[in-house]
Amino acid sequence: MPRVVVDVMPKPEILDPQGKAVLGALPRLGFSGVTDVRQGKRFELEVEGEVTEAVLADVHRMAETLLSNPVIEYFTVHLDETVDETVVTA
Amino acid sequence: MKVGVVTFPGSLDDVDAQRAVRIGGHEAVALWHGDHDLRGVDAVVLPGGFSYGDYLRCGAISRFSPVMTEVVAAAERGMPVLGICNGFQVLCESHLLPGALIRNDHRKFVCRDQRLRIESSRTPWTSAYDEGAEVTIVLKNGEGGFVADEPTLDRLEGEGQVVARYLGGNPNGSMRDIAGISNERGNVVGLMPHPEHAVEDLTGAGTDGLGFFTSLVERAFA
Repeated sequence: MPRVVVDVMPKPEILDPQGKAVLGALPRLGFSGVTDVRQGKRFELEVEGEVTEAVLADVHRMAETLLSNPVIEYFTVHLDETVDETVVTA
Repeated sequence: MKVGVVTFPGSLDDVDAQRAVRIGGHEAVALWHGDHDLRGVDAVVLPGGFSYGDYLRCGAISRFSPVMTEVVAAAERGMPVLGICNGFQVLCESHLLPGALIRNDHRKFVCRDQRLRIESSRTPWTSAYDEGAEVTIVLKNGEGGFVADEPTLDRLEGEGQVVARYLGGNPNGSMRDIAGISNERGNVVGLMPHPEHAVEDLTGAGTDGLGFFTSLVERAFA
């Protein structure tokens, strides 16, 4: 089944305390070189049938209406072309 | 007056809010998130808590509950609506109030007796206070940082829509120390602190919160 992905991120000017907490944790764990972390949300929507422009427009409206709050967040919509059953774990 | 108090799944302070409504001299009417009518109430309180588990964003799911369709329509007709804490978040998500509430800048849950200045007594929820009155009311939130863009903040200040401001240090990163705001008309008020927990001497920081619940009557007789 085709999958449309919506990525929601806090706007650049909005403080992201969770991202800051992750940023603070990295050096404590011995990871260096990261200068900023922003934490967002990823939604994977399984949709029926072919993903047409109309479907993407629908998803855009879903993202505007429910998945994001435009006051504090922005979002991007894209079709996930790499539907792969194999789950890679470390 | 008949004051409805909405209970969402995950609401926490609905019973306290009902009690505060009664102590304020009104009849409290329990409203359920699935209700399609407001049972003839004259005003509505959206209480604190974690409606729908704060899933997605605080207040984001509650906004689309059946009762909120009615609350939004009634608010647009001028009905007094007070959103406390999670209720404030629901009002912002519903676009009844501008801005949004994000995680506290210090990332910790805050729970304390908070000093506030009442900045506007021109709302049906604050008419019992003198403008500039300093009160102490319980504050308890994890996502209470009020944010809005600069033009919106300037408009809120310019139009007298800042209802309450934090005193003695900013507890959660709210822009311009804003603790509560109203819509342009003044009938919809969102407040992060909890006046319903400050209505009796027996518990809490005192009775400074009672004015939010007695204001409705004073306005009716004004």
